[in-house]
Amino acid sequence: MSRADPGAARQMPAKRVGLWRSVRASNPVGYLFTLPYVIFFTIFTAYPLGFAFFLTVHDWNIVRTERPFVGARNYERLFSDELFWQALLNTGVFLAVHIPLQIVIALLLSVVLNQQIRARGFFRVAFFLPFVTSGAIISLVWLRLYADDGLLNAYLSLVGLGPVGWLSDPNVAMTSIAVMATWKNVGYYLMIFLAALQAIPDQLYEEAYLNGATAWQRFAHITFPLLNPAFILVVILSTIGGFSLFVEPFVMTGGGPLDSTLSLVLYLYQQAFQFLRMGYAAAIGVVLALMIFLVTVIQRRYLEREVGY
Amino acid sequence: MRGSLSRRLEGWPALARAALFYGLLLAAALTFLFPFLFMVSTSIKGPRELYSMNLVPQEPTLDHYRALFTQIPIGRALFNSALVYGLQTVSVLVLSSIVGYALARLRFFGREFVFNVILLTMMIPGQLLLIPLYLLIVRFGWTDSYQGLIVPGMVSAFGIFMFRQHFLTIPQELIDAARVDGASDLTILFRIIWPLSIPVLITVGVLTFMGGWNDFLWPAIVNRDIDFQTLTQMVTLYGIGGQAGGQVGAIMASTLVAVMPMIVVYLVFQRYYLQGIASTGVKG
Repeated sequence: MSRADPGAARQMPAKRVGLWRSVRASNPVGYLFTLPYVIFFTIFTAYPLGFAFFLTVHDWNIVRTERPFVGARNYERLFSDELFWQALLNTGVFLAVHIPLQIVIALLLSVVLNQQIRARGFFRVAFFLPFVTSGAIISLVWLRLYADDGLLNAYLSLVGLGPVGWLSDPNVAMTSIAVMATWKNVGYYLMIFLAALQAIPDQLYEEAYLNGATAWQRFAHITFPLLNPAFILVVILSTIGGFSLFVEPFVMTGGGPLDSTLSLVLYLYQQAFQFLRMGYAAAIGVVLALMIFLVTVIQRRYLEREVGY
Repeated sequence: MRGSLSRRLEGWPALARAALFYGLLLAAALTFLFPFLFMVSTSIKGPRELYSMNLVPQEPTLDHYRALFTQIPIGRALFNSALVYGLQTVSVLVLSSIVGYALARLRFFGREFVFNVILLTMMIPGQLLLIPLYLLIVRFGWTDSYQGLIVPGMVSAFGIFMFRQHFLTIPQELIDAARVDGASDLTILFRIIWPLSIPVLITVGVLTFMGGWNDFLWPAIVNRDIDFQTLTQMVTLYGIGGQAGGQVGAIMASTLVAVMPMIVVYLVFQRYYLQGIASTGVKG
């Protein structure tokens, strides 16, 4: 920041001249122009953030006027709530299928699209189209494809397989949703990888080729290490996306069968808007946010590699 | 990486290699497009072939669209979505670029602090704020209204970030020259900087509009009244609720109506949009 505007630091040696002098030396238009954000932030971010924690220590039912303070009881209940653990486990299943699948497909397609191929525009549109459509809407389409008497099973029966209970078998349903979510999002991750691939200098490949490196060696020792930042980004973004899973199970399964597709956000939604337990739902939100934060910090620590060529 | 895949098949005749490569790629692309083909085809299939495996309708009909338009006020929902997310997008572009301009181009004490707050808020997961924001909207009396949909999205931290980063790259001489001519900061922003920021404006605008248009959760929480339902919300409820009575043709027609505007927006703006999301991804 100061690199872009070295004058700012020199003009405002805040520690020496004191706060008031620094403010007086400032451009008042700066404050005026920042005001929309400050107002918006106060009402729609800071206040709800504080209110979220306030809610979690109260028994806040929206139809009752009495909202007693309950201390940590919402959190205690959460940890002994079997459905919460089930939802957490389901989210784990989703992530375990979704992230590897996402990375492999996105990486493969980005390497292909990075070559000089014909009709690249068409292929790019085909892979990207699902990403621009609404998850809720497109889930209605997959609901029909995945139905027990749906098209997927009809095609399977042609080759003498199935039928598979894509959404009706508790052992399969979450995987089906993870596959659909991969189809929906892979275009976005493909673009991230593609941008990173295009930033790798061709010269590196040429040198490796002249030194006799095979295509696989070139991928393993040049492409993959240099894609590390993009790789981390994809892992983190799809982890956040996985923890936020809501609309696909909401539309396709309602969390069933046997709670096998109940996601954390779907559970939060049910607690808030079916059972009207706002305090409890807010506690789920707080724990969810903490988990996202922790998991992404851990991922960053274990995946980050220093690369330099 | 160029050519490395095809080099793995060295020894094959060039034509066979190309056929295999494009055959696989085309199969992958068609797999990705398949749900859309199913959507379009089912929405115009006649009643006797609705469940057939054939994707090409033998008795094409527009009956499902007629049924759809008589069963739900989908025109109203289309209008609501266009109005709500159109206004929201204009607001994000104007307000976020004003804030972004201040953070990039004006010197004032506390500027870095505000910028760091913005970076931090971009990391807050939406689910954390969902319940308190909903209760806030209830307290404002904004449930079943346009305000409840528009106002919480009028300023975007992401938009401010994008604008600030881009505005830092505008040459200072242009701004100085305008100032000498007596231009105010607003004039500089909207007359000098905006015309030089078209790709960023399009990226932020399209992402804001698309994010709103495709959202189901927020409208579903704050709106029950059918008069204020957005298109995505109404079509989703139509598909999962009893209203469609399991008419798969009408449901597919409704989903096509709901996703079509976003496909058009994407195809029109894809050049800017793809550059934009790829760069935000890598830098963010």
